[in-house]
Amino acid sequence: MLLSCEHVRKTFGSAVVLDDLSLEVDEHQVVALIGASGSGKSTLLRCVNLLTDIDDGTIRLDGEDITDPRVNPDEVRQRIGMVFQSYNLFPHMTVLRNITLAPVRVHKRSAAETREQALQWLDRVGLADKADSYPDRLSGGQQQRVAIVRALVNSPRLLLLDEVTSALDPELVGEVLTMIRGLKDEGMTMVLATHEMGFARQVADRVVFLDGGRVLEAGPPEQVLGDPTEARTRQFLARIIEAGRL
Amino acid sequence: MSTELHQPSEIQRGRIAYRRRQTIRSVLLAALSTAVVGVLLMVAVTGAPGWDRVKQSFFSPEVAWRWLPQILEGLWLNVRLLVVCAGLALALGLLIATLRTLRGPVFFPVRALATGYTYTFRGLPLIIVIYLMAFGVPGLRLQGTPGVLVLGGAALVITYGAYLAEVFRAGIESVHPSQLAAARSLGLTYRQTMRHVVLPQAIRRVAPPLLNDTVALQKDVGLVSLAGPIDAVRAAQIGVAQDANYTPYIVAGVLFVLLALPLIGVTDWVTLRAARRQSAGA
Repeated sequence: MLLSCEHVRKTFGSAVVLDDLSLEVDEHQVVALIGASGSGKSTLLRCVNLLTDIDDGTIRLDGEDITDPRVNPDEVRQRIGMVFQSYNLFPHMTVLRNITLAPVRVHKRSAAETREQALQWLDRVGLADKADSYPDRLSGGQQQRVAIVRALVNSPRLLLLDEVTSALDPELVGEVLTMIRGLKDEGMTMVLATHEMGFARQVADRVVFLDGGRVLEAGPPEQVLGDPTEARTRQFLARIIEAGRL
Repeated sequence: MSTELHQPSEIQRGRIAYRRRQTIRSVLLAALSTAVVGVLLMVAVTGAPGWDRVKQSFFSPEVAWRWLPQILEGLWLNVRLLVVCAGLALALGLLIATLRTLRGPVFFPVRALATGYTYTFRGLPLIIVIYLMAFGVPGLRLQGTPGVLVLGGAALVITYGAYLAEVFRAGIESVHPSQLAAARSLGLTYRQTMRHVVLPQAIRRVAPPLLNDTVALQKDVGLVSLAGPIDAVRAAQIGVAQDANYTPYIVAGVLFVLLALPLIGVTDWVTLRAARRQSAGA
């Protein structure tokens, strides 16, 4: 098992965002987190990446308790990649420098080798001509693909994707999803919070429905999305269908 | 696509003609009102009962010409002092602002000192700092106490360092938390995040206010004359005392304005560029 969250609790003031939440992710598995806004999807991803401290429970990566306060969070994050809803590219750096910053500074790899690898990646995702551009010259879809490459060049064990298509214009969603599908085929372990139910169905091995910070229902996509047992899940999916997103 | 081939329609040609007429009208109006205001001001000043005496004691060409060389020589001191002090104050400000962002209990005294420093020296009048430095420090009779010029310069650096530290801090805080999250998620340490992600963006963003404070420093450099060194203001003061005529002050004032113009120009240009970048980026 690559990642396991055991009885995780997270509160912001008096609001309980994650409530006794447990979740397991095997290597090469893709898990889609679905649920309404505020159900705790993004918070869970941020907790796994140690961007926020949890209030109770344990998170293990490769069996190691990463929520132990003696663990160096920087070292843990080097093994986890994360992609954000709003891309969060560094606006003062070119695309190439955005990608090579962490490999060179954190992983102490040679600049030339990293550059080569970054260019190969950009070529693969059709952005080779953007290497020397600044992020504000790119479309949302292009920026998000760069952000994914930026996370991948560090060869993470696990990739966290936080609603990576939510900020994109509809016609740009496809190019990002295609890229993620390619990663799945290569065996990348991923946890993705998403509102794209159709995509979750195609790409996920397991779909987890979060409600009020708890796992209400989890299982293969056909079951959770096609024949949910919980009334709350059916209600949620009905509203999604109404909005035309399934 | 076909912008060059496109022939504006009748309506559009009408609009263009109308806008052109409006532009001509506004230019004429602006010229007229400027002329009226200018004439009124001139009449008010030159028609004042004491104008002849003011002209004699503030705008005497002979006095101006006699003291210009000494004042220019003094101004050269101001320029050198400005360059050195601006550089040091910027470095000090950046250092203090960075110290204030340090986290962890070990750094508490450092943070507290840095915070206390910015609070104190933003409130303390520069003149008092100059007096304390130039007259208080030599009073200690320590070995190797530097001259009043260095001490006066140090007073400027300490005071402006506090202002600039606050400008830098505002810049650091203006960088969106999502940038920190992105940097940390890549495994960068806090220090690497500050150095490669936060500070470069912060400095770019606060370049206009930093330059603006440098313009303010440019004229406050004249205050070191209080400590004794013969800068432009001091040279003018000597002239005023000898000729019993205020013209040397006017000369020094004009020179200070001329000295500030390029810096103000650069500031405006940088501000404009920053504004353009923001509206283009978004």
